[in-house]
Amino acid sequence: MHPAELVAIDGRTLKRGDAGSPLSITGLTVTYSGKPVVFSVDVTVPAGSMMAIVGPNGAGKSTLIRAALGIVPRLSGDVTAFGEPVGKVRDRIAYVPQRASVDWDFPATVLDVVVMGLYRRIGLLRFAGRRHRATAMACLERVGMAGFAGRQIGQLSGGQQQRVFLARALAQDAQLYVMDEPFAGVDAATERAIIEVLRTLQAEGKTIVAVHHDLATVPVYFDHVLLMNVRAVADGPVATTFTPEHLQATYGGRLAPAQLDDIAAALAGRRTAAAS
Amino acid sequence: MSAEFLQLSLVPLLVGMLACIACALPGNFLVLRRQSLIGDAVSHVVLPGIVAAFLVTGTVAATAMLVGAAAAAVVAVVLIEFVRRVGRIEPGAAMGVIFTTMFAAGVLMIEQSDTSGVHLDVEHALYGNLESLVWFAAEDWGSLTDPVALADLPPQLARLAVVTVAMVAFTIVAWKELVLSTFDAGFAESVGARPTLIGFLLVVAVAVAAVAAFDAVGSIIVIAMFICPPAAARLMTDRLLPQIAWSIGFAALSGIAGYVLAGYGPLWLGFDASVSAAGMIATVSGLLLAVACLVGPHRRGSGRSGATV
Repeated sequence: MHPAELVAIDGRTLKRGDAGSPLSITGLTVTYSGKPVVFSVDVTVPAGSMMAIVGPNGAGKSTLIRAALGIVPRLSGDVTAFGEPVGKVRDRIAYVPQRASVDWDFPATVLDVVVMGLYRRIGLLRFAGRRHRATAMACLERVGMAGFAGRQIGQLSGGQQQRVFLARALAQDAQLYVMDEPFAGVDAATERAIIEVLRTLQAEGKTIVAVHHDLATVPVYFDHVLLMNVRAVADGPVATTFTPEHLQATYGGRLAPAQLDDIAAALAGRRTAAAS
Repeated sequence: MSAEFLQLSLVPLLVGMLACIACALPGNFLVLRRQSLIGDAVSHVVLPGIVAAFLVTGTVAATAMLVGAAAAAVVAVVLIEFVRRVGRIEPGAAMGVIFTTMFAAGVLMIEQSDTSGVHLDVEHALYGNLESLVWFAAEDWGSLTDPVALADLPPQLARLAVVTVAMVAFTIVAWKELVLSTFDAGFAESVGARPTLIGFLLVVAVAVAAVAAFDAVGSIIVIAMFICPPAAARLMTDRLLPQIAWSIGFAALSGIAGYVLAGYGPLWLGFDASVSAAGMIATVSGLLLAVACLVGPHRRGSGRSGATV
């Protein structure tokens, strides 16, 4: 039995996802105590894209990426990254968890945390050396946090903590960045700094997938979107996918008309920008 | 005087100190993971493990005891996880259910089996028996280099020395994985640092340290050694390596000061009997924690100050 091949009724061989895609998810289902929190989600992230995962609270967005990366167990589904099982390409994937998911009282400095991003490069049974610390410092520089290297992480603001997490991901020097709410609870300056770094990464050909909460900035920051609410509602380019109809289907009609107007305006702005 | 010290006090001093250090080392990670209760759970389930090992092998050989206790710890961890998932209750409650039940089973096993003839009574299990570690062969300081006299050293000393070295080795070998999985388990999984496996190995390490310390300070008091020195050390510094160094210092201080105070403290105060060394060691470690709470330079960190925007 080779799980990678499915034969359809008409005899075609169905390829599971796109073999070369940085992240291809097929039929992913995750349950917590018998209740599905992610149900049969298919999504293929195009190489070089910046994709937002959008949906209401409890829609399974974080669970989707955590299950895709093997952090939480999945009931069923196939996940490939760059055409391989995720376990084989961990060097090419950087995961940025939700800031609130860790204990910031942990006795570590900013630099200590960024050095964690070099885990695979330092290797088993070895310790971080001067060279690794220099790499980590360069990553802190890129997020404007070099001056905080020696600080205990609990002394940082939320935005600064988020930048430290981004620096750790940069230290991983990955091809695919999977981020869980990188803009949650950060100040405006941090939001600009993060989006600037992400755009630089995209310009270098890297792929970015981020759980995102702020509907108004989806068309501004991202070029692709996955709308989900336990099940996937729609995915594709923002211009054609991020529509009021799809949003209403995702949020079950709970969006206020004013919100939808804002989104329509933002989308229109994007189209004008693209046309000019 | 020197012969008396060598015969009666040297070994208990060293054993108490090593027991404290062996427990404090993995205890650092338990405290940071907010899993201090695991130390409690493991030190309780050590009892049925040891009794079961005795019932199966019929000896009180150290190896059998260690294997039995480690196996009991593993069984307890699996059961706790099982109860947590099936019963859908929080981990603390699952631990409470499992470790009290297993401890109670251990007490019943001791009573029902004819183990009273060997040195495996409940009181010993609870409070330890540090004072009984007498080095009869010691005559003077020269005994420290006399192979014949050294061969007569109580076996607990060598056992604890080996276990302490093992704890140091575990901490060094698994350092990056321990740090990564303690701070950010999701990230650790995403880079292949096997946080589940590391968490499991940590519990096994805790079990081994608990068994080795069990003889010296008893199963109840072992818990203080897992928590007090690391918790006090956390209040002294904001970095992990210095924290571990402080915890070793506090552990050694508890062991030595506790033994000395237990043996001589009451005499200084005019009483004519000494008190339990294990009890005094735990008391000293608790006092050190209290002092660290009051004057430790980094005690502010107990709230989640960084979590606000």
